[in-house]
Amino acid sequence: MELLRVESLTKYFGAKKIFGARQGTLKAVDGIDFSIHKDKVMALVGESGCGKSTVARLALNLIKPTSGTVLFRGRNIFGFNRTEMKAFRKSVQIIFQDPFASLNPRRTIYATISEPLVIHNLVPRSSMRDVVVDIFGRVGLAADIMNRYPHEFSGGQRQRICIARALAVSPELIVADEPLSALDVSIQAQILNLLQELKEQTKISFLFISHDLRVVKYFSDAVGVMYLGRIVEYAKTDELFETPLHPYTEILLACVPEIRAGGEGTPQRTALKGEVPSPINIPAGCPFHPRCPKRFEPCDKIIPLLQEQKGRLVSCHLLKQPEQL
Amino acid sequence: MNGSSLRNVFWRRFKKNRLAVAGGVIVLVLFFVAIFAPLISPYDPNDIDRKHVLEAPGIKHPFGTDDLGRDILSRMIWGARISLSVGFVAVGIATIIGMIAGALAGYYGGWADRIIMRFIDIMLTIPTFFLILAVIAFIGAGIWNIMIVIGITSWMGVARLVRAEFLSIKQREYVLAARAVGASDFRIIFRHIMINSMSPVLVSAILGIAGAVLVESALSFLGIGIQPPTPSWGNILTLGKDNIEIAWWLSVYPGLAILITVLGYNLLGEGIRDSIDPRLWDTERR
Repeated sequence: MELLRVESLTKYFGAKKIFGARQGTLKAVDGIDFSIHKDKVMALVGESGCGKSTVARLALNLIKPTSGTVLFRGRNIFGFNRTEMKAFRKSVQIIFQDPFASLNPRRTIYATISEPLVIHNLVPRSSMRDVVVDIFGRVGLAADIMNRYPHEFSGGQRQRICIARALAVSPELIVADEPLSALDVSIQAQILNLLQELKEQTKISFLFISHDLRVVKYFSDAVGVMYLGRIVEYAKTDELFETPLHPYTEILLACVPEIRAGGEGTPQRTALKGEVPSPINIPAGCPFHPRCPKRFEPCDKIIPLLQEQKGRLVSCHLLKQPEQL
Repeated sequence: MNGSSLRNVFWRRFKKNRLAVAGGVIVLVLFFVAIFAPLISPYDPNDIDRKHVLEAPGIKHPFGTDDLGRDILSRMIWGARISLSVGFVAVGIATIIGMIAGALAGYYGGWADRIIMRFIDIMLTIPTFFLILAVIAFIGAGIWNIMIVIGITSWMGVARLVRAEFLSIKQREYVLAARAVGASDFRIIFRHIMINSMSPVLVSAILGIAGAVLVESALSFLGIGIQPPTPSWGNILTLGKDNIEIAWWLSVYPGLAILITVLGYNLLGEGIRDSIDPRLWDTERR
């Protein structure tokens, strides 16, 4: 069943006129579509600055889109009234990248975790404490930390607290915006295991945003590869990792460090050349063409659309049949 | 219990600053004097003694007496009550108005912000003291009128401070997380942003008390503040002006009291400001 559907979503920043001069437009998200199904994990991957976090914030109606819609259970979340919005807030939660910035420094852990329960009136006051202790247990936190403040905790513990806050309302979907990238590698594994456990136990769906392909391979069912605000390839996780079709995906996969048994020689690596172009000044034609090793004639003129190629969604001229060009 | 290390850092830095500690001591002593005025004043401040008019400071009357033979020390002790209560209430009113205006402007932005900020600009163009003079002349003197008028003419600085704090804090992820959890605007403003923007407000309130004490003294000195026989440092100074050639103590002691009070609040306020340097929050983070 389709839980969340994103339709031709765009978000442009800084299109304001200042003293009559039109400033450049930052196209953070430039027309993307995808959907997340019940009990599934959809991942968005891409380099930093490709608009992943903006998508996360749009999906929760924390910011308004420039155009396009997000449908939750078939209904536009930007058209919700107060009651519908509150119900939506109970169904969809978010975990942020930086656990140091996403907990209020002046509120105790108890206040932070009990807040969603109070807002949605889920638990009577008398049993609030027990319920909070129970939620703590699910994310592996001890009950005696409740009256402490966030600065007394390490990054991993803070991220557990953030996960506990997201779990408090028993959501159907959690948007995880790079939940691991601010953590130490050893802690990353712990938090990833926790998320994996929660996914299996609770049947929560995830929109998992990451730039770590190894984590995505382990955790997600489908992957959308983003480049400069667009999805360039969308496929099931196994298929994507088996045979990447878009040149960008190919290079991303080639960059993943691997440990191989035996000395079979170092495999050829194609590192990405250059920097991501500024999203204020997106190249004409295919946005990836200045860095693409396989570019040819039409790439700098025609924008390739995300089309079905070989049974998967890819936006690249290479894969088209000659007559389509 | 919550062993907040930020609080410990604050105390360590505050205690090192001797001037700030001195300011704190002055403020505490003033508080003590104001609260226990009935117990520590040697005479009734309104007791008229026609046999000891304009008596120079001596053993019976350490600060001398005024033209009606009233004891100046006692009148100043009671005057401390007036000064401090005017200072606190006026600043309280200013802080509440300023926090609400600043919160609305900073949180909602757009038109609310533009209207509130332009109104603040207009208020700032009016010379405050003359506005207070005019309003008091119109509605009449009286301790409550003075408190209210000082309050509603001095909230603009607080509003600007709070607005700036809101603009920065509302972008933080914990505010987004609160919204994602379903918190109402009211809840986000008061429970999430306001408590994180209190430190600069506290500093500006403490500095504001010094200003309010000065304004009250000035109004009383001009005869449109606290009306005799209620004692206030300002109206004792007026008597001093009338008798400046024969009774220096009527001018010197209340003048010193005002000076020390204003100095005390300024030192305390600036000491607190230096001790809660915002960069501390970042270095403490990780």
